[in-house]
Parts: sequence; structure tokens; C-alpha cells
Amino acid sequence: MYFFLTRPGHAALIALCLIALAAGCGRRETLVQAGDRAGMLRIGNGAEPAGLDPQVETGEPEHDIMITLFEGLVDPAPKDSSPVPGVAERWDISPDGKVYTFHLRKNARWSNGDPVTARDFLESYHRVLLPALGAQYAYMFYPVTNAQAFNEGKITNYDEVGFKARDAYTFEVTLSSPTPWLLAMMVHNTWYPVPIATILKYGALDDPTNPWTKPGRLVGNGPFLLKEWKINSHILVVRNPLYWGAKDVRLNSIYFDPEENYDTAERMFRSGQLHTDQQAPPSKVAFYRKFKPDLLNDYPLLSTYYYRFNVTKPPLNDKRVRQALAMSIDRRAICDMVARAGEQPIFCLTPPDTAGYTAKAQLKEDPAAARQLLAEAGYPDGKNFPTIEVLFNTGASHKPIAEALQQMWKKNLNINILLRNEEWKVYLDSTEHMDYYIARAGWGADYDDASSFLELSITGGGNNQTGWGNPEYDRLVEVVAHTQDQAARYDAYQKAEAILMDEMPIMPIYIYTRPRLIVPDVKNWAPNPLDIYDYKDVWLEPQK
Amino acid sequence: MTTAPNPIDDSPGAAEPAEAGVSFWSDARRRLFKNKLAIFGAIVVALLAALCFSEPLLCPRVVGFTYEQQDLVLGPAPPGARHWLGTDPLGRDLLARLLYGGKISLMVGLCATLVSLTIGVLYGAISGFVGGKLDMVLMRAVDILYALPFVIFVILLMVFFGQNIILLFVAIGAVSWLTMARIVRGQVMSLKRREFVEAAHALGLSRRRIILRHIIPNLLGPILVFTTLTIPDVILLESFLSFLGLGVQPPHSSWGVLIKEGAEVMEEYPWLLLYPGLVMALTLFSLNFLGDGLRDALDVRGSKD
Amino acid sequence: MFRFVARRLLETIPVMFIIATATFFMMRLAPGGPFDSEKNIPPDIKARMAAHYGLDKPLFQQYLLQMKHLLQGNLGPSFKYPSRTVNEIIADAFPASLELGAEALLVALVLGLAAGLTASLKQNSALDHLPMSLAMIGICVPTFVMGPLLISAFALHLDWFNAAGWFLPRDRVLPALTLGAYYAAYVARLTRGGMLEILHQDYIRTARAKGAGGARVLFKHALRGGILPVVSFLGPAVAGLLTGSFVVETIFGVPGLGRFFVTSAFNRDYFMVMGSVLFYALFVIVLNLVVDVVMVWLDPKLRFE
Repeated sequence: MYFFLTRPGHAALIALCLIALAAGCGRRETLVQAGDRAGMLRIGNGAEPAGLDPQVETGEPEHDIMITLFEGLVDPAPKDSSPVPGVAERWDISPDGKVYTFHLRKNARWSNGDPVTARDFLESYHRVLLPALGAQYAYMFYPVTNAQAFNEGKITNYDEVGFKARDAYTFEVTLSSPTPWLLAMMVHNTWYPVPIATILKYGALDDPTNPWTKPGRLVGNGPFLLKEWKINSHILVVRNPLYWGAKDVRLNSIYFDPEENYDTAERMFRSGQLHTDQQAPPSKVAFYRKFKPDLLNDYPLLSTYYYRFNVTKPPLNDKRVRQALAMSIDRRAICDMVARAGEQPIFCLTPPDTAGYTAKAQLKEDPAAARQLLAEAGYPDGKNFPTIEVLFNTGASHKPIAEALQQMWKKNLNINILLRNEEWKVYLDSTEHMDYYIARAGWGADYDDASSFLELSITGGGNNQTGWGNPEYDRLVEVVAHTQDQAARYDAYQKAEAILMDEMPIMPIYIYTRPRLIVPDVKNWAPNPLDIYDYKDVWLEPQK
Repeated sequence: MTTAPNPIDDSPGAAEPAEAGVSFWSDARRRLFKNKLAIFGAIVVALLAALCFSEPLLCPRVVGFTYEQQDLVLGPAPPGARHWLGTDPLGRDLLARLLYGGKISLMVGLCATLVSLTIGVLYGAISGFVGGKLDMVLMRAVDILYALPFVIFVILLMVFFGQNIILLFVAIGAVSWLTMARIVRGQVMSLKRREFVEAAHALGLSRRRIILRHIIPNLLGPILVFTTLTIPDVILLESFLSFLGLGVQPPHSSWGVLIKEGAEVMEEYPWLLLYPGLVMALTLFSLNFLGDGLRDALDVRGSKD
Repeated sequence: MFRFVARRLLETIPVMFIIATATFFMMRLAPGGPFDSEKNIPPDIKARMAAHYGLDKPLFQQYLLQMKHLLQGNLGPSFKYPSRTVNEIIADAFPASLELGAEALLVALVLGLAAGLTASLKQNSALDHLPMSLAMIGICVPTFVMGPLLISAFALHLDWFNAAGWFLPRDRVLPALTLGAYYAAYVARLTRGGMLEILHQDYIRTARAKGAGGARVLFKHALRGGILPVVSFLGPAVAGLLTGSFVVETIFGVPGLGRFFVTSAFNRDYFMVMGSVLFYALFVIVLNLVVDVVMVWLDPKLRFE
């Protein structure tokens, strides 16, 4: 041991270290290249999934895995996630729009060999509506007759709910009023069937902590099987030979990496560990766009970034003040200089071309008119304007955006706004209790229809949280829009959005983008605004 | 018989115990000035502190920009004629932010250390002076607390009870007082038994007098040393909290925040990490060298004495 | 010795109890609950979820229930990961953190001892200043800067390692280096200080005067005492390694417990937080006990403390 303190000892130690390092060096095959050879797609999934129960879990990382393990009546089409046949090979809609009859294909199987029948859907929807399960997206089922009453515990006989299994392969859904976006909603994972018998084997049917989703236990009807799930390490799914469309599935397996930190995931992508990562850090998007555009795939999402105004607190109770604030910022600058991930400014709530609907009511950026409005409201040139705060949660670009807006309001309206940064849960608590003046918010559509956005601002709605309500708006969104006549429906949306942009309880800023990093080895990856990917159409081709 | 050159330092006074009175301090001062690294450290720290605390004066006038002035059109620019250290993605001048951040970081360092000092000195002095059973219990508590991962509690505190800067001082200070308590207690115990204290006691001086006149001046040495060595740890702890999003919050900024933001863009805009990192590292180096030098000069022993 | 260990173990019980109580009340009193989410959950569903986990009972009753479960070793379910229990998560994640911590400690000891010993033997020469300055880098560069820098250099540019992940043996190198650097610096300083103190002592000078020379003799006499400060530092070092792992695990994608702890605090995952805190505390206390036993074995004088 003392040898190492002498001079030759030092040299030997250094030599040892170098040898050890060199042992690890040299050109190696990257994990991506190995994946290409084995048909394994390696995906950076952005978070450790909270769970894999499709009726309990609501987050995106969970969805991206669950879509490989389960399949609903309809599948999302590539590119626009519109509903195409899944387990149901075709369906009929009654003339009054209230009865949907789904004809299931006869060769759909669970991974344990059992056939997928209408009864499975009947019992699955029973489970999701059980009050004790606490399914957060149970509200998606409310258009179905008596579903809401059952879910709220007002009735206890499930037979009264509008689901019927006419025979083994015919499933019928009855609605209380026409809901043309029902099929679009059914793409969501809450509508997946679940293996009731398996669930009962490991616990109670309505226990959300039932551990039936572990590898070796989970049974699904999707194109892949759950092989491995090591927490914070990886999830591996392999192809399911019993899937009805198995012969068209070209991937052999998918490896999901739950790395949460954007920078770490980006480094993994660069070092050849991932085929694709879902979120390039904003600071690197410009770099990729300039130097490696073929690795960047960014596209707009059906999600809006906006600020809420607490209309119960003066001076925000005066709509002129709200309009002035909304009109005096430069959204293009925010997108290009601050957020910098390719976001696009938006001047209404619903992103353009949502299932073909584009709002005509667009707010105008006009600092001069904004100053005029502010003066009319009693604060000429910002004089006597009370000090109010912008609340945002820690993370992403919220802080620089708030700082930039703070400067814009100072420059254009001569008012001082303070910033308040709260940690996520505290921020949620504050917004829920209306303990804020202006709060940052974001909303992604759950399905491809404008109602998913417009329902945000219903009086007293759980996601409203601004204190604003308007009976005419409610009528347009909740009553008038429930019609089969698409023209009438979209007309109702237009009117509602016009009210929204006049009253301005929220201030839209931009449309989110997904700045996805992806190597050219991945073929047929079709991005879509709902951020849903059906991997069964994807394959890998090694690049030279 | 020849003797090999002895690497051990034989200078007089190298192993002498602490004494009250003027000669000790001038002796210590002499030794300190011989230590070039420590002097270098002191000068650097003094210079940086002076610059940072005069930030309100310097920024608009000399530097030309304030720490919050944005220039969205310019965006992130490398160092140049207008912006001597470059700008961040919002077009804010880095030099201005560095000075402002330094002001906050040094203030956090000082205030948290002050909290830590107050708690530690009081705790250690009481424990050492009273002695006996109380001392046993108090020191056992310190031993246990020393072992616990205190930072966990700081994280919990900051996550749950938010993020105002006063809580930050208190939380960080509450984490760092243990070593101070131990040292003060050790010093008090050894002083208590010294002849001059017994003499004072025999002369009829009150306990309070003894504490004020004789004990506290002799505590100043170790306190000074460990204060100087606590400040860099506090600054590092603040930067660690900033990484988690729990440190200094907007509108304030700090070196920790600047470094975290710089680390995120270190490959695209390296100056945003380089300059804050260098400045903070330089400050920490200097404080550490100064502290080491003070410790050598005042000949203060390590913790478990 | 047996009495010593037994007494320490007995002391642990009230300590854990206090920690559990403090953590419990801190969490429940904090704003924000586990079921708050961006897509607002209807109040009756939230109420049902709360009832399922027993969160609707009066606070004190919940507290007693929690204490009872803890005594049974049942750490409860996780809110964020409904199909897993806290016991499962900790059992799954802790081995990675343990391995990371052990390897970082190894790095710290090897590098630190080497630097400190060399420096103490060649005091005030270049071989003193150089290793010590290098060691200082560990103290002055935060882990969240050092990590990305190392990755950038060795993984991305030189392609010697993966950028993140914990699969191959080689994946351990960069994380261990990053986490260990800070402690290497401390170990170096403590070793140097401890060795210098020993080397100044009379019995060494006597040995030299008698003609003994060279590294070998100094080691036989000096090493055992000289590394005492290092051993006593190990206790708090382990605590620090655990908390430092939060950052390193995030940067390098290590599937350890540190990340779970931080995110569970942010998520208000009550049982997970309680479980992690108590687990860490117990682990550190036991480790400190082991360290103390080793210390007493190394230096019998300490037996009387």
C-alpha cells in the first residue's frame, strides 16, 4: 500500500486508471443501432407512469404506454387521431343521433386467449362509472343515458345506464342527447376495455390501488404485452401474437424510458440511447432547427397556453381592464424570443382547425386601443392602477414568460405587476381557492372537438376557476351544441367564443407545440395534434 | 549524525494555546499576513462584496443596464462592446445580473450564517458554561442531529411553506449551526478552567462579567474562522435549492439561479454558465482560503476537541 | 462496547418518533393536497379518493393511525403510484442509491486520501498546493454543473460513456465522480489537517530524531491517528451523499430513491414522504453507529468520551 506514495507508485496508479478507462472506450454500437437490429423502438417517455390502469390513469406518459396494451372500440387514425375501427369493425348511428350500435370483430382476443366480447365492454364501463373507483374522466361518459346519475351514486342499478350488450359481438350505446363528438371521445384511454376477471383476482373491482397491472398479471387486448416494468428504470412491451392485427405490426418491442428531466433526456438522445424523445428543452430547439432540422419534428398541439383573470377581484372585474391587458402584449415576441420551441400565437381560445372549426372572434393586439380602454376604466396612463400579481408555477418557461409580460405591460400601459412563483401543488391550491389575480394556465383538449375547450368556461365549472359565468354562453355550449347539425353546432361555438373574447375572463397567449426529437430510423411516425401515437404502424430502418 | 531537512514547521508560537490580551491578536495578524493565499482570498472577497453591494449605483450608470431590463429582440448575445459579459435569452445584461445575484447570494450567505451563528453560539455557550447533565443532553442532541440528513428537512420546509427569502435564511441557518455549537462549547469548557477565569472568580467578579469580559473575546477566534467557512457552504446550499426550484424566487436572482439557468444552456450559450460559475467558484475559493488562513493563524483546532 | 451500542439503539427510538411527528404535521399543514391536479377533479370524487386513503378522518386520529402502521413496518400506499406500496418502492429504488453512494464514497476516499496524504507529506511545496487546489474544485463547483460538464466532455464528445442510465458497469463512473468530488475535497482537507497535526507531535519528532525516516515509518505511527478526522467525517458524509444524490440521480437518470423523495414532496405523496424520511434517518443513524464503533476501535482514547 505504501508503494503508491512513491513516485513509481504514482505512475502505476495513473496507468491503472487509464487502462480502466480505455477498457470502456472505442466505437461501440449505440443502443439505437442495437434497437434497429432487434426491432425495438426506444422512446423517452417523459415520466415514470403513475400506473397502467386505463380507467384510473389520466396522464400522457401513462397513455402512451397504455395504448400499446389495450384497444378500444375505435382507434385514433394517424395524423389527425380521428376515430377509425378498433375492436369495433363498423358502427351504425341512429337517425336521431342518440343510439350507436358497434359491431365487434370476431377475432379480437385478450392476451390470455379469451375473446373480446360486448360483455367485456359492458362490464368495463360499469367499473369506470363505479363511484368508489374515483375515475377522473368518468365525466366523458355523461352524455350516455343515466351515466352521470350512476357515477354520482344517485342510482345504483347499472342496467338503467345506456349501455347494452345485444349479443356477444354487438354493443349498443344510448345517449340522452345527440353528442356528435362521442366517437372522438372514445379514442381516449378511459374507454378501453379492462379484463374484469383478472382485476377481481387481485383485489376489489372498485379499488384504484388494485395491483393487477404488474408484469405477469396484466392482461390486455392491444398489439403489445407488458414484459417488464422496473420503476424509474424502464418499461418493456413486446408484440402480442394474439392481437387481431398482429401480422401488420412490424415492431418487435418498445422500450419506454421514464426520464423526466428534459436536459438529461436530450443528452440521452444525442448519445444514441433513444430513438425519440418527446420534449427537446426549449433552449435547444433553436439549435436543432438550425443545425439538425432532420432530427426535430415539431408540430402544434391541440393545447392552449393562457392566463386566467380572477374576475371577482378589482380591477379585474372591469372587462375593459382585462381587454386592455390582453391587447397590450406581443405574442409573437413571446413565442419567438421567450418560449422558443416553435409555438404559435393564438388570439382566441380554441386552436384553429379543431375538427374543422376555426373561431372567427379573434382579439387584436393594439397597445394604443388598450391604453384607451385602460383610461376609460379609470386608470389613464396607468395612474392609480393597483398592484396586482401574476401567479405561475415553477417550471418550464413560465417564469421568463411572466417576466417578459411584466415588462410589456410596464412599457405599454405603464402599470406595475408583481410576480408570484409557487410550487406546483401550492399553485393548484391557490387557483382552486381563487387566491390570485392573474394566473398562468394551460389546457389540452381531451378529444378532437372545440367543446373540449369551450366547456372550460362554463359557470361554476371545475376547470373554470375565474369566477366568470355567462348564462348565454352556458346555453350555447351545453344545450345548443348538442345537435347533430354540424353547421348549427359550429355556429353555437362561434357565438360562444365571441362572448369569451369580448368578456375576456381568460387571455390566450399561444398554442403549445411538441418539439419532438426523432431519428430518421423511425418510419411512419405520424404526429398529430392530440399527441396520440399508435405504434402499430411504425417500423424501424437502420440508417447507414 | 545528520538530520534530514525537517518538513515540520518549527516556528515559535506554532503550538501555543489561546491567551487573552493584545499580543495574541497581533501575533495572529502577523501569521495571517504571511499566508499569501489567505490575503488573496480576503482581497477578492472584499472586492466582490464591494462591487455587488454597490449594484444599485453601478448598474444603471457604469454598466448601463439594470438586472431586469429585457431586450427581446437581441436575445442571447455573446460578450461584446455593449454587453461586456453577454446577455441571457431574454436579452438581460449578464454583468448586471451577476452583480445583483451576487448581492443576494452574499446576503443569503451572511444572514443565514448569522442565524446559524446566533443559535450555535448561544447553544454551545450555555452547554459549555453550565456543564454537567445539561451539557450531556445538549451535546447528545447535537450528535444525533449531526447525523441526520438535515437538507431533507430544508427541502420539505421550502416545498411546503414557500418560498420567501426570510424563510430561506432561517431554514439554511437552522441547518448549519451544529459545528459552531460544538466548537463554542469546547472552547467555553476549556476557557472555564483557565487560571485567569479562576482568578477573576476569586476576585469576586460576577458570572456575567466573566462571560462578557473574558470568555466571549476568546471565542471570537473560532467563531470568526467557522463563520468564514460556513458562508461558502451556505451559498452552495442555496444553489442546490435553486436547482430544485426551491431557492431564491423571482423577482430576486442569485448566483445559484444564474448558474442553474446557465447549466441548462451551457452548450448553446456557454458564457451564461462560465462567468457566474467562475465568479461563484472564485468567491468560494477565496472564502475557504481565508478561513483556512484564519484557522492557521489563530491556531484553532478541529471539531471534536 | 455492548452497552454503548445498546444505549445508542435505545436513543434512536425517541429520535425517530420526533422525526415522524414533525414530518407528519409539516406535511399535513402545508397547502396543497395529493389530489390537486391541473384538470380539476370534481369535489365529490376528490372526497371519495381522500376517504379511500383515510384522509377524511380528524387529523389527530390519522396521526395515531400512521404511528401504529409505522410500528408495524407498514409504510402505506403511494398516492402517485396507486398500485404500489411505499415499502415496494423503497425496496426497489434504494439499492441504486446505495450503490451510487458507496461508489461515490470510494471515489471520495481514494482521491481524497491520495491528495491529502501527498499534500501533508510535502507541506507548502507544489505537491501540497496543487492537489489541494484540485480538491477545492470539488467544493466550489456545484454537482449540477460538474455533472453536465463531465457528460458533455466524456459522453457526448469523446463517446466513452452513455449520457445517462444505470445499466452497464461503466455507467457508474461519471455519477460516482460527480457525487464524490465534493467529499473528495473534504477528505483531502481533513486528511491533510489531521496528518499535519500528528506529524507535528513529539513522538514523531522523536522517531525521526532516532533516525527513522521515509514514508513507511511515518505511516506506521501517524496514519492511524491521522485519519481519525476522516472516519468521524464519514457519518455526516453519508448523510450528505444521500441528499447530494437527488441532483446526481436527476442528471444521470439513476433509478434511485433520492428522486422519489423530492418528487413525492412536490406531489404531497404523504406516505411516500414519511417513508423516505424515516428510512433515510434510520439508515444514517445506524451507519453513524457503525462509524463510531470503528472510531473507538481505532483510537482507544475515545472510549472515555
